[in-house]
Amino acid sequence: MLNLILKRLAMAVPTILVLIVFSFLLMHSAPGGPFTAERALSPEILANLEAKYGLDQPLYKQILIYINNVVFHFDFGPSFIYKDRSVNEIIAQGFPITLTYGSIAFVLAVITGVSLGVMAAIYHNSWLDYLAVGISIGAQVLPNFVMAPILVLVFTLMLGWLPGGGWEYGDPKYIIMPVLALSTSFMASIARITRSSMLEVMNANHIRTARSKGLPVRHIILRHALKPAMLPVISYLGPTFVTMVTGSVVVDLFFSTGGMGLFFVNAALNRDYSVMMGITILVGVLTIFFNLVVDILYAWIDPKIRL
Amino acid sequence: MRTKLLLSAAIGAMLVFPTFSNAEVINGEQLAADQVFTYRLLDDIKSFDPQINTDIEGSGVIRDIFEGLMNEDQKGGLIPGAASGYTVSEDKLTYTFNLRDAKWSNGDPVTAHDFAYSWKRLVDPKTASEYAWYMELMGVKNASQVVKGEVTPDELGVRAVDDNTFEVTLEKAIPYFASMTVHGSTFPVLQSVVEKHGTDWTKPGNIVGNGAYVLSEYRSGEKVVRERNPMYWDNENTIIDKTVALVINDENQALTRYLAGEIDKTNIPSGQYPRLSKEYPKQAISNPYSCSYIYWFNMGEKGPESLKDVRVRKALSYAINREVVTDRILQGGQYQSYNFAHQKTAGFDLPEIDYAGWTQKERDAKAVALLAEAGYGADNPLELTLNYNTSETHKKVAIGVSQFWKQTLGVKLTLANNEWKIHTTKQQAGDFEVSRYAWCGDYNEASTYLDLLTSYSGHNVSGYSNADYDALMVESKTMANPNANYAKAEALLAADMPFAPIYQYTGNIMLQPTLRGWPVDNLMQTFYSRDLYIVEK
Repeated sequence: MLNLILKRLAMAVPTILVLIVFSFLLMHSAPGGPFTAERALSPEILANLEAKYGLDQPLYKQILIYINNVVFHFDFGPSFIYKDRSVNEIIAQGFPITLTYGSIAFVLAVITGVSLGVMAAIYHNSWLDYLAVGISIGAQVLPNFVMAPILVLVFTLMLGWLPGGGWEYGDPKYIIMPVLALSTSFMASIARITRSSMLEVMNANHIRTARSKGLPVRHIILRHALKPAMLPVISYLGPTFVTMVTGSVVVDLFFSTGGMGLFFVNAALNRDYSVMMGITILVGVLTIFFNLVVDILYAWIDPKIRL
Repeated sequence: MRTKLLLSAAIGAMLVFPTFSNAEVINGEQLAADQVFTYRLLDDIKSFDPQINTDIEGSGVIRDIFEGLMNEDQKGGLIPGAASGYTVSEDKLTYTFNLRDAKWSNGDPVTAHDFAYSWKRLVDPKTASEYAWYMELMGVKNASQVVKGEVTPDELGVRAVDDNTFEVTLEKAIPYFASMTVHGSTFPVLQSVVEKHGTDWTKPGNIVGNGAYVLSEYRSGEKVVRERNPMYWDNENTIIDKTVALVINDENQALTRYLAGEIDKTNIPSGQYPRLSKEYPKQAISNPYSCSYIYWFNMGEKGPESLKDVRVRKALSYAINREVVTDRILQGGQYQSYNFAHQKTAGFDLPEIDYAGWTQKERDAKAVALLAEAGYGADNPLELTLNYNTSETHKKVAIGVSQFWKQTLGVKLTLANNEWKIHTTKQQAGDFEVSRYAWCGDYNEASTYLDLLTSYSGHNVSGYSNADYDALMVESKTMANPNANYAKAEALLAADMPFAPIYQYTGNIMLQPTLRGWPVDNLMQTFYSRDLYIVEK
């Protein structure tokens, strides 16, 4: 096991390097640059700007300088658009916010999703099943960009219970709506995967054996069914967790949380090369890490899988 | 001899904004106990540094935390700011500003040296300001040479004669020079603070300004808070204690939060003005706003053959039914446009443009005739591509125009939608046929628009070049009243039609009924929090 972890971590280094070079080239090949604006800058002014931000260097040199700064100084450079701030600052401010609402939304989605799925599977074809399926389909067809405005309409304008947006250093009042908006569709997916996987497991031989032995249902489900049924759910949860904690554009956009998701999209639109790169690398590292976590969980749950 | 321009504005300011001494009643209205003004920002502020900022929302914040030589009153008129007044030399090339006794928020005195430092900082290649061109536009001596790195920033034509006297030398006389000092990029910054903190100098806690407010809290993507600066020279006449700008990207979300009472001012989402003005007649406001919406015709080298023919360009412009665009598509009180400069620009008399006076039927008939004359018709239809950047409004207008052109002229128009950066890059490279554009005035004077079409302007992407036009604009710079030249210039634009003017902007905003002092009549929508106040419900 330790061997595997080390091997995976060693692999991560070249993967990240490829990611950096590839994103860098891709980004620079997009038309326009950070200083493209409705007023075309005079060549002199543009030259001054490019000199200041090192964009006057040949591309290969820019990449080398960038990698050197990131690897040896942990410096992701200044933002080209938010000129008073560095990428490190932007991530340091935005990531904790998305991590907070993302993790809470994740936990909520997993708990409700798995419960709904298991319930639906156990009471297969009963009204409980239909209810659970109904809820999860309802949650699925209400994507977060529809959910978010509806939540604000109901809880802010009509009821006046919750503030319509902001973060206020993570005051719970401000977290509720982002969490609800973000978790529902993931909750629905988790419920569906759990339900179908659970149904399959409930028909498996070892469950039939357990039943015929006369074991109590609760015991069968918790001890024998849930664990194998969780395998497909877990493989879904790895990347989902990364997606949720690196921020949702929609949540950041509608709830003005100041989270990282909106920065990511805006950086792409503004050609804010350094912010774009910084967040890409962060997402890349997290993805690699959580895929590893998923693999380890797999091995732990299913002894048949030998790593 | 020097002409003394004693600004009657000091008196004007008092008229516009009644002085009061800690009274709780203004104009017969009871002031609210809580003087907090909250408004919506479309986007995060990109910089609080006056010399670095490039956008309008950033300027709004910077005007609160810094103060330039001159300010604008609520109608856009010029009033004294950090300078109590100024004199102009007879050749109109030297401006001398007398600074009032004022303090920075850290207690240091505001001096002419601060202005000299900041103006040099704007053009210094090391600052690499995207707005360095503004000082070139102001005509300050040696500005261009400094930007190019040919001479040092110290050669810039500015000088602190003494602590309270700031002198500017111009390369050419510009009649509206003083009004250009209202722009944020000319605001002073304190050298000791900038040098002590480097790029971190604008962080709350570090930042020192000479405006009515200090930046007290900034949470990127969430909000910007500024609070009263007790060191400000006119602090006792300032009423708003705290201004909060909330970043809300989505305009509908912002409207919901406005209706929930969370914000005092927000923009009306496009197309919703008619409904909101019916439901909230006292809150929904439409006022002129200094931007002009046009479709460029590429008549340059990279443009299509067809658009090099003035008859084609005229036909296309005539066939646009502007009434449908403003009254049916936009519905926010926008002005139909047949010229370039916004018709409400200060001192600008809207010239008579021939086709503005015709009915749409007449315009259509003329358009059909012109296009036929140019050799296009049913058997040889004109084919063009129209570029626009992603936005619901631009899309609706583009679809409307494609219908007018198709129905009236049989033009086969391809609509090409691109995200903003790609759209702009193509436009500036001359890589388009017809392309959407909007120009917003930098200052409240018609040349901010009309200079754009000179052959030497860096923003003229149409390839339009007319020596008569250039001569008119050059001459206008030294005229006491340049309106006659502006009228001739606009007439040339109508005759040569390098673009089709479509509409001129209005600002459509919602204002809470308790908010007073919003500069509704200011074409630039230049507001200062210190001019506002909130009354009891």
